[in-house]
Formats: sequence, C-alpha cells, structure tokens
Amino acid sequence: MKRRDFFKSAAVVGLASIFKPEALVAKSANGKLAVHSSPDLVAVMGGEPEVMLVRAMKELGGIGKYVKKGAKVVIKPNIGWDKSQEMAANTNPEIIGALVKMCKSAGASEILVFDHTCQDWKKCYANSGIEAAVNAAGGKMVPGNDESYYQKVSFPTGVNLTEAKIHKAILDCDVWFNVPVLKHHGGAKNSIAMKNLMGIVWDRKFFHSNNLHQCIADAATMAKKPALNIVDAYRIMKTNGPQGKSEADVVTLKSLIISPDFVAVDTASMKLFSQVQPTEMKDVRYIAMAEKLNVGTQNLDSLNVKRIKIN
Amino acid sequence: MKSLKKIRIALAIIFFIPIFLYLIDFTGKLPFHLHGLLHIQWIPALLTLNLIIIGVLFLLSLFFGRIYCSTICPLGVFQDVTARKSRFFAKKNKKKFRYEYVKPQNILRYSILALTVLLFIFGSSFLLVQLDPYSIFGRMISQIFRPLLIWGNNGLATILSGMGNYSVYKVEQNTFVPLAFGITLFFFLLIGLMAWFRGRLFCNTVCPVGTSLGLLSKISLFRISIKESSCNQCGACEKSCKSQCIDSHAMTVDQSRCVSCYNCLTVCKKSSMKYEFGYKKQNSTVQETPSNNGRRTFLLTSGAVVATLAVAKANTVTAKNDATLTRTPIMPPGAGTADHFNTKCTGCQLCVDKCPMQVLRPAVLQYGISGIMQPHLDFSTHVFCSYDCNICSTVCPTSALKSLPLNEKKLVQIGVAKFRKDKCIVSVDETDCGACSEHCPTQAVHMIDYKDGLTIPEVTESICIGCGACESICPAKPYAAIYVEGAKTQILANKPPEAQKFNKKVDDFGF
Repeated sequence: MKRRDFFKSAAVVGLASIFKPEALVAKSANGKLAVHSSPDLVAVMGGEPEVMLVRAMKELGGIGKYVKKGAKVVIKPNIGWDKSQEMAANTNPEIIGALVKMCKSAGASEILVFDHTCQDWKKCYANSGIEAAVNAAGGKMVPGNDESYYQKVSFPTGVNLTEAKIHKAILDCDVWFNVPVLKHHGGAKNSIAMKNLMGIVWDRKFFHSNNLHQCIADAATMAKKPALNIVDAYRIMKTNGPQGKSEADVVTLKSLIISPDFVAVDTASMKLFSQVQPTEMKDVRYIAMAEKLNVGTQNLDSLNVKRIKIN
Repeated sequence: MKSLKKIRIALAIIFFIPIFLYLIDFTGKLPFHLHGLLHIQWIPALLTLNLIIIGVLFLLSLFFGRIYCSTICPLGVFQDVTARKSRFFAKKNKKKFRYEYVKPQNILRYSILALTVLLFIFGSSFLLVQLDPYSIFGRMISQIFRPLLIWGNNGLATILSGMGNYSVYKVEQNTFVPLAFGITLFFFLLIGLMAWFRGRLFCNTVCPVGTSLGLLSKISLFRISIKESSCNQCGACEKSCKSQCIDSHAMTVDQSRCVSCYNCLTVCKKSSMKYEFGYKKQNSTVQETPSNNGRRTFLLTSGAVVATLAVAKANTVTAKNDATLTRTPIMPPGAGTADHFNTKCTGCQLCVDKCPMQVLRPAVLQYGISGIMQPHLDFSTHVFCSYDCNICSTVCPTSALKSLPLNEKKLVQIGVAKFRKDKCIVSVDETDCGACSEHCPTQAVHMIDYKDGLTIPEVTESICIGCGACESICPAKPYAAIYVEGAKTQILANKPPEAQKFNKKVDDFGF
C-alpha cells in the first residue's frame, strides 16, 4: 500500500467513526466479553404473535440493540410453500409484519424480506400472507428465484458444504433475522432455525446429495450469522411436513422461542415439539453436528433462559 | 358505406390488442378471463363443439362474408399490420396502391383444406395443428415475441438488482424447444413475407380456415360488387385489395377470397363499389369460369390428396413407435385420454404460456409427428405441476383439456411416481435425504424406516397424482431415483388420508 493510500483510508475510517460512533459501541456491546444480564434464550407462550414478539424483544433488550438507525435489515422467514397461514407450512405473517414494524420504528432505512421458495415464488409470497403483511408494515419483498441474485460464499469450517451461493440481500445488509416456523420435515426430521438457512442458498440439491444433515450444520457455520433466530411456534406442523396435507397436521401452541444461538434455539424448539410429536433428538442429526462445529450448545442449563407465560 | 372500413378496423383492434397482450403477458397482471377471446376462434369453437359460438360465427360469415378473417382472427390482423408496415418501405409513387388481381390458387388451397380435413377424420391432427391460424399466432407469440420480451425484462432486472433495486424480477425461460421454435420461425417468416408483398395471400392459399370460410362467403348474403354503370375502371379498388380478388377490368370480385376488409369501398371515388344484399345478383357477380375451375380442380386434386394422405398416415403410425420415446409422455391435467387430447389439441401454446410453473413445453416427438407442438410436462429443478393450480385446464380453448374444478384437479392422476431404490441417495450413500417426500403434496411419496434412524421413500400409487414434484427435486445424478410415468388415460386418484388430530393441551415449554 502506498503511503498516500494509507492516509486516505485512515481518513475515511476516522470520518466514518465520527459519523457512526454508535456502530462501534454496538460492536463491543454485542461482543462475547461484555457482561450482560439479558437472556441467551427467551421463550414465550400463550399470547398472540405480535404480543409475544414485543414481550420477548423487551426481555432481550429492545429492538434498538439489534437495529441501528439507518440500518439495512433483512428478514428471512420460511415462505417455502404455496399454503395459507392456517397450514403452518410458512412463518406466521403476523410475526413478520410485527418484526418489520419494530425495525421500522428503530429507524431501519430498508427492510427486505425474501425466501428461496420451493413452489412458485409469487404464489408463495402472496398466499402465505407474508407479502401483504410486509407491504403493510413498510417492508419490501425481494425475489429469490434466480441464480443471479446469489453470490458465492465460503464456509471454511464446513465439513461437506465448503462453499455455497448466498442471496445478496443477506450479504449486503447490516443485520438480519432468521424467522423460521417450527414444523415436521420428511427429510431433515424437523425444520427449525438451521434448516431455514436452505432458503438463503441457491443450490439446495447439493444439500440433499451430500448428507443433508451435515450440510445443514455446515450452513450454520456461516460468518454472517443472524442477529436472532425467532422461531414461530404459534402454529406448528406436527406431521406430513414440510408441506402438510390438511389442518389435521397443525397444532396451535401459541409459542415463540428466540435466541441468537442456532443450536440452542433448535434444541429448545425440539423439546417443545416433542410434547406433541415425540421425536428422538439424536435423529435430528444436524443439531448435534452443528454443536460439534461449535455453532452453539444443546445444553440449555448452561444458558440464561427466560420463560414467560402470558395469560 | 365508407365507414364500414373504420368499423372493421375498430373491431380488429378490439379483438387483436387484448389477445396479443394476453398471450404475451408473463406477469399474470392482465385479467385472467381474457382467455374467453380465444374460445371464440373458429377451430377452437369447432373442436369444443360450442354450438352457440359456431352458430354465431357461421351466421356472421353467411351474412357478411369473412368477417372472422378480417377482425377476430389474430393471425389475419397480424398480416394486415405487416402489410401496412410494408408501405413505409415502398417507393413513394407506389405507396398506396400496390396490389393487382391474381387468379386464385385453387389446386393448392382446396388440396390443403381437403388434406387437413381428411387427415383429421382419419385421426391425425398434424395439419390442423400446424395450420390453424389462431394456433400459429399463439405459437408466434409464445416462441418468438414472448421470449424476446422476457429477455428484455431479465436484462433490466439484472441491471436494477445490481443496484439493489428489486422492483423488476427475473422470469425463467423454460419453454424454449428448438423444433417448436424452428417451425414457428418458418411460419412467421413465410406468413410475414407473404403479407409483406402479397397481403392476404396466406389466408387465401394456405389457411384451411380461410379456404373453408371462402366456400361459405361465396353464398354470403351481403357482398361486395362493382356497379358497372358508374365504374370508370380506374382500378383503385383492385390496387387496394389485399386479397387481390378484385378484377377491375372484368369488374368482378372473387367472393371466396374477399376477407371483408372494405378497403375498396373507401377508395372508390365513383361510389361504384357496393356492399349490399347480393343474392339476387348472383349471376352478375360470380364469374362462371373460376367456379367451374374450382370444381374441376377440386376433383383433379382428390387423387393426389388421397395419395399424400396415405403417406402421411403411414408416417404418423411409424413415428408413434419411435425409439426416442423413453417413457409415456405426461399430458396436462384434464386431457382425459391420449386419443382425445392428441385429436383436439391444436398446439396454440396458451396453456404453456399461462402455466405458472413453466412445466408445460411443446412436444417434439413424444406424441408422434401429429403431436409436434402439443404440450407435455417436462420436469426440472423446481419445475413441476403445482398442486393448487388448474390454470391450463381452465384456459384451454379447444377442449383438449377439460376444465377441472380445483378440488377435482387435485385428484387427477396425470401419471404415477416410480421409485428406484438402487439409485436413491439413502441406499447408495446411506445418508438422509427425503427431498422427494418433502415436495410431495399428497404424501403418496412418504418416508419409511430404513436403518440406523435413516428413512427411505415409499410410493403409495393409489394417491399419487403424478405432479412430478418428487422427480423435479430428486438429487440423484445422473438418473433421478424417482420419476413419473405418464398416464395414457387419466383417472382419479384416491383422496390422501388425513393425519390424526392432536387434541391434548400443551402448556409447558418442555425445557
């Protein structure tokens, strides 16, 4: 580097820190070394979607902790299927709408929502109710149906999945939220937070042909992790997932589980799910595999877990 | 009298613009019910045996001549547009009047008509598919104009998304098939050139609809004729006649080729062109020789027709056993039986255009030579028949696809999934996959215990509808471990059983 260039970039960095001092402060506040009293995992039960989200966010320290003024936000729900919200195949639109509203109130400059859907994306966006909820709350739906929207990213610690094309919206944003729905899944056993990552990836077939569970765990090692995993368990799909055949597959649990820890949030969700449909945790293999890759912990006792019941 | 041309143009615009826009629309933003405009086309109405539409079109032709050709038929109007465009490039002095009377190509046109009809009666729709004017137009849009528009759209989307603007989204192009494109391009160039230089030559030589309506318009009640007493034989009418059917010297109008465009009425300064109830004057307007010629040539050509017919029929038969067929082709839902579908479908590509999944594609030889252009399902990643969709069966104007209510369509078995365990990821690599079952809307493909906590797919054929979601997503390479075998006769599958309801109350987190 030429001396002149060095001075130039130093000046730029200096200027940036003057104009955006909160960005630097935020980093240290989120850093692992910081001592904080806010919980690692929050579980809420018994309320309407928006009420539960607002309550959980309060426990976590407020949306402002994650979304800074002017930030570009991405929300990644599960919108994989052309199904109405009663089928619980997609994330509850009320949660997405409420989250968009929150980000907006925190001063986000742009809130993008997308999924790489399994069925006709326009119909999925519309019939899930998510498109309407997002538009009403001031967010923007973004397509995910073309390879050109995706960019190659490497997963240095991945075992089978060492690189994948990730949607540019995720790569370009300042902060993103992973908002899956809790449901049964024919292939992966259960679809929760980590499985939802397949919707930010272009080539899903690779996952299926290279040990699905390992690839899901590998995807969770990605560098740009979501600020929070917000698991929608207002309605869950207990059988015939991920699409479901009828409403007989759906159980209303009115629950919400939130954590930045992929493994913890999937573990907690599985424990909730098993009360409806008993499932061996070890059969949901990607959870243990991800723990092995130091993505997070299955040991909920080691975490600060906050349980809230709303009546 | 002179306002007739304006009315004709207005009607043509009223029909043409919505049809054009509806066919080319890839966003689904235009009102869905516009497909009604395609149900009133001649061949679709005939194939559907829609007596009301047939009756109306028949009476229209009987009263006013070939109104269908000049206003309702989109290919006819397309030729008028092309012919008009050619004027901009013509030399100044020739600018307005450039047609001259030519004799009808009777041998050719009656042979083509007879061949088309006879082939159809003998069970091959080959010529009907290739020559129905509405369907040719549908294919021109589907194979040429629409892809161009989508390419433009995608180019724009690439530029905009590069700037972080996602307001224009990309649209996949799955329906390009080289043979279909080649044939369509051939007809596009043929008709385009014919129209450019010779007006309605295609309608009066090749088009079987035009030829048969010509037979009808010979006896139509209102017709164009030349008032001999006031005509000064200036030839303006002849030069303006894009059917080239007015002989201004002999002062005759060949009714069989007149498409009722009324251009001649407008250009005649002497008001000698009449459009009136012409039955009483039949002798003075219909020339003796052409009709005699027509009859003679008709008889003469029959021999040739029968010979060609035999050859064509032989071709069809051999093609159906072609070794290139690897599996029974999969017909769109509502096709019923292969016989019904292959007879009634004219390959207009409307269902192909409107299929939101783009799983429909014009066939090459899957249905034999007769079925080139008829749609079949072709699965690829994320491209399969959507469970909650019955658009193709709803839009089909020819009744090749019977209109299915959505709940019935969800049971129509267009094929059955076949599982090949020896190719499956689970048995080959001994890892979980389940992509097929994940995508199966009826859970006909479901996972059963395999070993060591692994699960492997199993197919319950009685509830499988053959949508191909499983085949489309199967990651086994190079041969999918699960694929759909098409049904020659579409039957109703059983309703998939529902899951057991969970009625207990959960009021604990479980952790």
